[in-house]
Amino acid sequence: MPDATKTQTETEAVADATAAPSAATGKTQDKPRSLWGDAWFDLRHRPMFWISSILLLILLVIAAFPGLFTGADPRDGDLTNHFLTKPELGHFFQPDWFGYDGQGRSIYARVIYGTRASILVGVGVTAAVTLVGGLLGMLAGYFGGWLDSIISRVTDIFFGIPFLLGAMVVLNAFADRKVYVVILALAFLGWTSICRVMRSSVITAKQADYVTAARALGAGTSRILFRHVLPNALAPTIVVATIALGGYISAEATLSFLGLGLADPTISWGIDIAEGSQAIRDNPHALLFPAGMLSLTVFAFIMLGDAVRDALDPKLR
Amino acid sequence: MGRYVARRLLQMIPVFIGTTLIIFLMVHILPGDPIRAMWGDKAADPAQVASLRHEFGLDQPLWKQYVDYMGNLFQGDFGKTFGGREVIDEMSESFPVTLRLTAVAMIIEIIVGIGLGAWAGLRAGKAADTGVLVFTLIVISIPVFVLGFLARFVLADQLGWVAPNVQDSTDYAQLFLPGFVLAMLSMAYVARLTRTTFAENLRADYMRTAMAKGLPRRRIVGVHLLRNSLIPVVTFLGTDVGGFIGGAVVTEGIFNVQGVGNLLFKALQQREGSTIVGVVTVFVLVILVINLLVDLLYAVLDPRIRYA
Repeated sequence: MPDATKTQTETEAVADATAAPSAATGKTQDKPRSLWGDAWFDLRHRPMFWISSILLLILLVIAAFPGLFTGADPRDGDLTNHFLTKPELGHFFQPDWFGYDGQGRSIYARVIYGTRASILVGVGVTAAVTLVGGLLGMLAGYFGGWLDSIISRVTDIFFGIPFLLGAMVVLNAFADRKVYVVILALAFLGWTSICRVMRSSVITAKQADYVTAARALGAGTSRILFRHVLPNALAPTIVVATIALGGYISAEATLSFLGLGLADPTISWGIDIAEGSQAIRDNPHALLFPAGMLSLTVFAFIMLGDAVRDALDPKLR
Repeated sequence: MGRYVARRLLQMIPVFIGTTLIIFLMVHILPGDPIRAMWGDKAADPAQVASLRHEFGLDQPLWKQYVDYMGNLFQGDFGKTFGGREVIDEMSESFPVTLRLTAVAMIIEIIVGIGLGAWAGLRAGKAADTGVLVFTLIVISIPVFVLGFLARFVLADQLGWVAPNVQDSTDYAQLFLPGFVLAMLSMAYVARLTRTTFAENLRADYMRTAMAKGLPRRRIVGVHLLRNSLIPVVTFLGTDVGGFIGGAVVTEGIFNVQGVGNLLFKALQQREGSTIVGVVTVFVLVILVINLLVDLLYAVLDPRIRYA
């Protein structure tokens, strides 16, 4: 049935706008992949991606259901029996696994319960800056003119404020520093780099022929923007956002460590590291375990960001 | 060149005004009364509070406070702290200390970062390259304050090689450890960036030409490759100054260095508005000037770039 095969390949070619001549052979694995398909193909073959994904999955489960991992109460301190008790490294998943801190609280339980705040801040700030910075960058890049001038100047101004320093000044004014306050403060100062990246990639994307073609076919502004420009301008933004995520977690811990981030009823590794640092000479475990967990989390996110960047950035291939 | 610099300096003015305005608003508009806080939990005398507010101009409308502040600033007057000292005096004591610390950090960052990156880039795909990549990944993952405590704990408390606190900030030997800790994160980024550009430029046509001409390897790598690879690295070094300033607050706290970071941290705790705004204003100026210098440096590194 030569005719049927021909019709079939023709439909395929029409369905896939980017189809190359090789698609005519009809084999599925020869079908050209889109940027995202290509990136996913690349990611699947990277051990770094799998290591970081599994780590992150475990961390997400810990953040969502800390009670599954420990029965101990992270706020329950027993000064008479447990003051700075050394870790029992053989007692897996027991409250004394990582020892006790200067207030007689189980460090293992605190490390487990501290995960939520860090992950929430990291993901929350990234989501907020991607939304705000991405939207502003898209508008500035697509419409240009006075809108671009205003947005770009505001970006310049915010870019001029050192990130951590600005966050210290903002957070210093809040007495009740909950997770959402920290997220808002970091997002308030952090949206500029995403905005700049988005703006420049939208400027490149809107000059492409397919945009002119879509406009000639009568597509409206919002259709062009969201169906044609945005999907083709998204990759660099995603790369910057994934890499920045680990940095936000690190920034939260730094601020909490300085006493300017999350405050007490919230359990944060940064606060625990600050407390542990006072007894570091004789009892380094009170600092090492929360610090280790924090570094592991940042490591997982940075590694994922690296893998995503390598997969999405064709220049590096 | 002169016109380019003049235009850039003019463009700095709105950014400078905008940035200082935001910092000023953040310090003054957000809730909390620093004058009332001076009494702590004790009851304050309303008359005294009012006279102090008047003395520091806090009873004026906010826009007037900002205009007055900027007006004084251009005459070199940064205002007074609540303790009665001139902010400029406090800053001139602590700025040289931080300057020395960041200089030490910058030198370590440049030498070790570019060195490691070049070493890895020339061996792209080999074991040394993977080793450097994993090492930088680990360094980036460990926050500066953790790194600082670990370095202090191991090198000072356990091994006793260095003093845990910096007693004399003019002694560069004492500044080495805090400078090293401050440099670590940026050093890792510089190493990665250098590695990527080195590996990329290694395949460039001019490299093949240089090789074909029979130039010695030292010259090919040290002149042709290095100079062509430095532009992204220099860009990063310029934008990274802001990161150093944030890191200085942490590092100076850990090693007890009496620099601007420490001054700022104390000012934040006491809600010393004039000191906070003053320090951040100077930082913003420094960052703007450094960004301009970086742009001018491009023309030195790449003769194709000309500023008309």
